[in-house]
Amino acid sequence: MTGKEQALACEDLRFRYGGDSAEMRFDCAFAEGEITALVGPSGSGKSTLINLIAGFEIAVSGKIRFGESDITRAPVSERPVSMVFQENNLFSHMRVFDNVALGVAPTLRLNGEERDRVEAALVSVGLAGYGARLPGELSGGERQRIALARVIVRRKPILLLDEAFASLGPALRGEMLDLLSSIHDERRMTTIMVTHFPEDARRIAARTVFLADGAVVAEGPTGTLLDHDTAPDAVRSYLGG
Amino acid sequence: MAALVAALFLVLLAGGAFLPLLLTALPGAGGRLTDALGDPVIWRSLRFTLVQAVLSTGISLLLAVPVAAALHEFRGFPGRNHVLRLFALPLALPQIVAVLAIVGLYGQRGVWSRLAESVGLDFPSIYGLTGILIAHVFFNMPLAVRIALGGMASMPAEYDRLAHQLGMGFAARFRHVLWPFMRPALMSSASLIFMLCVTSFAVVLTLGGGPRATTLEVAIYQALTFDFDVVRAILLALVQVVVTAFAYSLLTRAGGSVSSGFTVGALRPFAVRHTPGGYLAAVLVVSFGVLFVLTPFVLIVWRGLSADLAGLVLQDSVRRAVTTSLLLGTLSAVLAVMLGLAFAAGVTRRAAARRFSGPQTGAERLFGQMSSLILVVPPVVIAAGWFMVIRRFADVYAAAPVMVVTINAAMAVPFAIRLLQPAALSAAERYDRLCRQLGLEGFDRLRLVTWPLLRRAIFLAFAFSLALSLGDLGVITIFGSQDVQTLPYLILQRMGSYRTQDAAGLALLLCVMTMALMMIADRGSEPNRAERTDRS
Repeated sequence: MTGKEQALACEDLRFRYGGDSAEMRFDCAFAEGEITALVGPSGSGKSTLINLIAGFEIAVSGKIRFGESDITRAPVSERPVSMVFQENNLFSHMRVFDNVALGVAPTLRLNGEERDRVEAALVSVGLAGYGARLPGELSGGERQRIALARVIVRRKPILLLDEAFASLGPALRGEMLDLLSSIHDERRMTTIMVTHFPEDARRIAARTVFLADGAVVAEGPTGTLLDHDTAPDAVRSYLGG
Repeated sequence: MAALVAALFLVLLAGGAFLPLLLTALPGAGGRLTDALGDPVIWRSLRFTLVQAVLSTGISLLLAVPVAAALHEFRGFPGRNHVLRLFALPLALPQIVAVLAIVGLYGQRGVWSRLAESVGLDFPSIYGLTGILIAHVFFNMPLAVRIALGGMASMPAEYDRLAHQLGMGFAARFRHVLWPFMRPALMSSASLIFMLCVTSFAVVLTLGGGPRATTLEVAIYQALTFDFDVVRAILLALVQVVVTAFAYSLLTRAGGSVSSGFTVGALRPFAVRHTPGGYLAAVLVVSFGVLFVLTPFVLIVWRGLSADLAGLVLQDSVRRAVTTSLLLGTLSAVLAVMLGLAFAAGVTRRAAARRFSGPQTGAERLFGQMSSLILVVPPVVIAAGWFMVIRRFADVYAAAPVMVVTINAAMAVPFAIRLLQPAALSAAERYDRLCRQLGLEGFDRLRLVTWPLLRRAIFLAFAFSLALSLGDLGVITIFGSQDVQTLPYLILQRMGSYRTQDAAGLALLLCVMTMALMMIADRGSEPNRAERTDRS
């Protein structure tokens, strides 16, 4: 990690999916307000790592620290984390407005100021006036924008993206990354994104962590780590060409 | 926890009927038990149960294959959807109502028999095997058609087009394209129909012609109410459980489900040009199926409207029976839905723990088995068991409402759970992580996520459970009295006292009640705006 202040750290975090599956072991740290990409082959542990941070998986041992707090075993909803999945980020039976409003109050009982916050978030993702629509009436890209609007209203300091834009076409993916980048510039959230596309990491991630076989193999500035000339052997073999 | 309580409830209900019976009745029975094993009534009932079930299944399937093939081939057939809707109705029609209609059509002075007589044909007596088979085929042929169509709906769209492109005639298409998809569906419907016929009670009770045409369930009822022979009733019940357990194992091996045929598989429209001969053959086959299923309904309406309906509705006994039926049916449906939800919650929680992937856990399989317990120990057996237990300690007829509600609810649980569980699993699989992250728990999660997503399934489960309970003539036959009478029980009484017009009027009333429920359920099962547009 560079000289920036450390926001999140995984210290000797160990996890096993059960049975005779191999143990995964993560040691890594994420700088405050920085975008970090997690890359690596399938099954390398990228999604497992962010599921551990989000609390959807619980480590066998080790620690997850957020600043001075140990959040290794904190309940999912109490973690300082918002997560965007690849799909099913929105409740299909709820209007767009309510889907975003859930980020403010899970009871959906909002006061005037909170309703304004939701409307403002919709404006900032470019979907003002979409509040009354249902998720099924939106395109894939629009649905992910709504998920980002909810991230905005939740005001959590950490954002996790689990291949959130993987199902979108290249142009739309680029648009979403630009939107993410502008949200990040404004909010300075510590952002960790799992991606299969090295070009996505190069586009917006300051740092990249490379995983293989359930462990961090290499990490560094994205420009260096994902450059064919400077990348370590393991990363170069992953990048191919 | 809720699932455990629900499982315990069913185990106590089914097992509780048996254990005290065995413990109290058998020691006193002494040598009669061994004598009873040689009782010809038991073996005759067993033989008849199996024979009528095998024949009913065979005939139902034999007739269903051409009807299903014709409906599949001619997807542009005008009114095809109405035919499929019609074929869903017998499943919800109370057996006693169908029996009345079948007697009116095929009985000694029935419409078809008089028509046959007029051209010099002799129609066999409706009472006995013939009537039972006609009734069972009326209920099960449409079910088999719907299941077969469901099987063929899974056929890749290209197969049909390829077969036509290759110039295959109907015979070749049927053999190489349709049959491979129809066969597994028919196998599962065969075991389901066999199971339904083995446990058929009202049809055999009313159309069975004395000792020669008595199934195990009816023999249990007769042993209890006419012969007061507890030992014979117990042995019959044990044999019945062995037979139903065998039928149930066939059903589960065939991959069938008790809820099969409850939904219409939507087929892709594919305009094919058929020869006039082929078209005519299909029209004839479908018309036969429609005529066979529709005529009993027409007769119910016709005979019912000829009865003094206004006079009937004003009768105290009728009003009481309608109120009792609706009250007990509603309570029973509520209980069935609650039990179904409890099982669904248990399975969903465990599925979430294994992240919805990999094989089912032991607990999930156990909950599945427990919820289907009622299929192995049929309602009449449970009712008979509890009847003998309760009469030792209390007024058995005072317990009638409780027993009717609980046993009918248990009877509906396998259907309810198969409607509720997939919806609960799908909702949890899609949204569990999101809910946890957003802190949506407890009542808020129930109000905002679970209820909107399960509402349709709950509604359907409630309607089916209520329809089943309204038409029940098993439990009430054993527990019914002058004080507690349901509509089917009253119809049976009026039939028994040869007040056929009254019975026809009441049958129409019951038919309208159950059919209205089916229509509401059908409407309720239509997707709303959110579900129609759901692509996420």
